Amino acid sequence: MTALLRRSDSANPGMRQGHLDSVALFSTGWKKFGLLLGLAIYLLGPLMLSDFQLSVIDYAGIAAIGAIGLNVLTGYTGQISLGHGFFLGAGAFTAAYFGGNLDLPLPLWLAAAAVVGALIGLVIGPFALRLKGSYLAIITLGLVFLGQHIFENWKSVTGGLSGRAVTAPVKLGPVDFANLDIGGKEFSREGGYFYLIWAVVALVALLVKNLMRTRLGRAFQAVRDRDAAAEVIGVRLARTKVMSFVVSSSLAAVAGALYGSFQRFVNPEEFGLFLSIEFVAMIVIGGAATIYGPVLGALFITAVPFLIEEWSDRIPGVATEAGETGITVFALNQALFGLLIIGFLVLEPRGLAALWARIKVYFLAWPFSY
Amino acid sequence: MNDFLQLCFAGMALGARYALVALGFVVIHRATGVINFAQGSIVALGAYFAFNAHQTWGLPFLLAAIIAVAGCAVVGIIVERLLLRKMSGQPVFSVIMITIGLLFVIDQIITMIWGQDAQNLGDPWGIDTVEAGEIVLAVVDLWAIGLAFLVVGAFFLFFRYSSTGLAMRAVAIDEEAAMARGISVRRVVATAWAIAGSVAAVAGITLASGPAALRPSVGLIALAAFPAMILGGLDSPLGAVLGGFIIGITQTLTAGYQPAHASWLGQDFQSVTPYAVMILILLIRPHGLFGTKEVERL
Repeated sequence: MTALLRRSDSANPGMRQGHLDSVALFSTGWKKFGLLLGLAIYLLGPLMLSDFQLSVIDYAGIAAIGAIGLNVLTGYTGQISLGHGFFLGAGAFTAAYFGGNLDLPLPLWLAAAAVVGALIGLVIGPFALRLKGSYLAIITLGLVFLGQHIFENWKSVTGGLSGRAVTAPVKLGPVDFANLDIGGKEFSREGGYFYLIWAVVALVALLVKNLMRTRLGRAFQAVRDRDAAAEVIGVRLARTKVMSFVVSSSLAAVAGALYGSFQRFVNPEEFGLFLSIEFVAMIVIGGAATIYGPVLGALFITAVPFLIEEWSDRIPGVATEAGETGITVFALNQALFGLLIIGFLVLEPRGLAALWARIKVYFLAWPFSY
Repeated sequence: MNDFLQLCFAGMALGARYALVALGFVVIHRATGVINFAQGSIVALGAYFAFNAHQTWGLPFLLAAIIAVAGCAVVGIIVERLLLRKMSGQPVFSVIMITIGLLFVIDQIITMIWGQDAQNLGDPWGIDTVEAGEIVLAVVDLWAIGLAFLVVGAFFLFFRYSSTGLAMRAVAIDEEAAMARGISVRRVVATAWAIAGSVAAVAGITLASGPAALRPSVGLIALAAFPAMILGGLDSPLGAVLGGFIIGITQTLTAGYQPAHASWLGQDFQSVTPYAVMILILLIRPHGLFGTKEVERL
């Protein structure tokens, strides 16, 4: 028993020797180093980067929260969802209503979004219980369209087709993230939001990482791997699947709330099928069923359009001005988006996260190839 | 009453187009278990092939239509050979995402070649109409309905009497057993994609006919054809056609009566009725109206 629970000794770093090792939060020294590196980037980022770069990274952080949420459902529980955009929308409008109309403070409207998201997940989850695979993909596709219809018609909350402003305050005690000032050093809106958003990303990542070490998290993965076998060993399928929906949609709503607040304006049109597909693409490209995969995927999917925009005049065959022949930047983005999804699925189905793992393994065994 | 009949006819005409798109889904799903999200793009591609052959090359319309059908069959085979074959054995999720990726790529190829603007397909039907009593029937709609029935009839004969059709049914039931009997699963799957491509071209031509009806967004109808397919059951051609008609008629009736009688459902509710109907039906019959019931108690 003690051998089973034993932690790795210093002679064999990185070697898993017992149960405690395999459930450890940060199992190796490298991961602890990575954590420190991340912390350094977090603290120094707003001091080094331009406002434009920061805003891209802010959007990526918001996307990362949503992608981590979808990863709970798709990556860990194995349920396909093309309806993630709807939950983001629900969160954004909740923030707009609770933060704007009712003027509640930051922790409350963020919590309200999480709760509303969870409740919607609780209502929608049972619909998905009897459906699997392709059926589930299409029913969630229907959810996006129905959701968009509701957003467009519930004018008192969502502003209808023309959208609405989001004036939710982002003050936490004396700290105003929209107008951050630390010891005389003033930060731009993008810089302030950077701290807020990436703190939430870290919190959410830790939450999901921990969730996956609990009974519920392992039940999710058992359902993904083989639902019949999971049921046999005592996992209650219905409850597990619904819980997965609840966690996933709640996180999506938090992302949506931050999105609305950061962008200051939301439109029902934004929360359509394309957004949902983007989220699926993030976890495909980043790497499903890992914690940092969705974050990498979110950074990648958010940054690529901006990079193309930035360098469009240097890419041959791209029309940057009206009248010029060649494909438009928009078309290039869309085509590239499709090609990236196909490319990753065919060449590296486990995503960017696996690329990193492969490099690590290569150097572990260096100079031998295996 | 006349209004009602007119709406029903419009619904059948719309439903016939859904059915033609849905039949493409069904063929591929039967043979491979994959839902091809790129079907809509192949529909648009078919319409543009016909446009190119008829308007740009000046071929007669019928010949252009045949070229479009053949062209889309080839596109189907290429897609299967280059991408989908590599994905066999991968989870459903990955395969669905591949076809979604393809959707983005093909859509952009279409706008790159033929541009964004609406075009005239130059079909012989134009805006001709026939009057039956008080109801006005557009010739192109009659053609669409007729073609839907023709295609489903051809499917029936093909699956029932041809050896390839039999092989397809065998592969759908059990791939390994089919292989053991000497059936080439690869050829069957390629055939399924080719058939789906040709049906898509037919759907594309009926959708793009009429003045300035050919746009890159023609393929978006595939999104509304999903409910038709789900409603009929993923693996039943007859179900796809009936599902298409049910969805089409519900949609036009909603458009006709909902604004006056149930305005609380909101503006433009008819555009989401296919999904509402789909969700309601799936709650009662998760395998659709005619789909194979999978015995599973979980």
